[in-house]
Amino acid sequence: MMTRRDLFRIGGKMLVLASVGATLEEITGAAPASEAYKMADHWWGMLIDIDKCIGCGNCVRACSKENNVPNGYFRTWVERYEVPEEGQPKVESPDGAMNGFPLPAPANVKSFFVPKLCNHCADSPCVQVCPVGATFLSPDGVVLVDQTYCLGCRYCVQACPYGCRFLNPETNTADKCTLCYHRITQGLTTACCENCPTGARQLVDFKNPKDPIHEFLRHNKVQVLKPYMATEPKVKYHDLDGAVR
Amino acid sequence: MRRFLQDWAHLLLPAGVLIAGLGVFLVIRAAVVPKSFGEYGHYRGAALEMIRQKPVSYAGQDMCVMCHDDQAKVKAAGKHATVHCEACHGPLAKHAEDPAANVPKLPDVAVLCKRCHEQDPAKPSWFPQVVTAEHSGGMKCTECHQPHSPHIATEADAGSGRGK
Repeated sequence: MMTRRDLFRIGGKMLVLASVGATLEEITGAAPASEAYKMADHWWGMLIDIDKCIGCGNCVRACSKENNVPNGYFRTWVERYEVPEEGQPKVESPDGAMNGFPLPAPANVKSFFVPKLCNHCADSPCVQVCPVGATFLSPDGVVLVDQTYCLGCRYCVQACPYGCRFLNPETNTADKCTLCYHRITQGLTTACCENCPTGARQLVDFKNPKDPIHEFLRHNKVQVLKPYMATEPKVKYHDLDGAVR
Repeated sequence: MRRFLQDWAHLLLPAGVLIAGLGVFLVIRAAVVPKSFGEYGHYRGAALEMIRQKPVSYAGQDMCVMCHDDQAKVKAAGKHATVHCEACHGPLAKHAEDPAANVPKLPDVAVLCKRCHEQDPAKPSWFPQVVTAEHSGGMKCTECHQPHSPHIATEADAGSGRGK
């Protein structure tokens, strides 16, 4: 006859075996890695040349169409700064520059355009605060959101110092620039870079020794946004004014 | 000694409950946590593949040039060399897949040219800009300019070697 002790002993053994089996299946049954593209060989970022940006908004429209971004929300946008010699700068971005800037800036003030997007920080606050591991830095350096895993708690939206995240009203999950991950992993450039008429935006791969970024960085001074946040942004700005936040 | 063993036996029940609880926890954890979680880090590894599956809307200039090499040559020699085809013509990945079924419309020149070339002091000074109302007097840009190679050659260009 089975005693209570036997019941616990056998039951316990069975439970441990079952969990070990499930864990083993978890380890060995992982999804196969994608064919030609090797994540370890890439470290993506972007170079933005302020002196080439004409504020046409082509990048904003392209991003919106490529990624089905809901109306009124932006994964990338363009700001126009008007910086007086004294006092606060004025920053505009009518509808994210979806239709460019219909009205010209005043001629007597320094003014310029600043395209913005997720900085794909190497040490990003948004990834650190996610309570469920729904947002992460991929092995090739892109900050992504797992739409099926996101709870929509908005913690990351608050944590991003650059205001690059929003809660998608259609999916109720956090949404942001993916650096067109579906394009760059098959050899295309991002939708914004593809459509930038002056080459103000360049997709760069810091791990590719043949990428022109290395030559560019040797000869030019670049800056990142809010360096004091120590987020290590991988979007580099050339010719950036100190007034830009 | 015998007394001690009897007391010790009291610990067996809570120990059994603890082990059973741990087992239940491990089984539930294995069932609930996605298979690829932790593959690369504290996230679902399969999400990467899922994000990659998204279809592309912009085919990319290289794709356009495969068929439209005549226009591409004209464009590459002109002032619009850095402007990729879809920057004006719109997303045409579907056209690249099935050219006959998805014929693109010509862009609306009145809106398109102005977005880039309407004068704005915020634009870099090297960039060609005009006040369209004064510049064209209501004429369509394409009446004078060929969009793929928009510069209109003048006698001054011939002297300076410009003429692109």
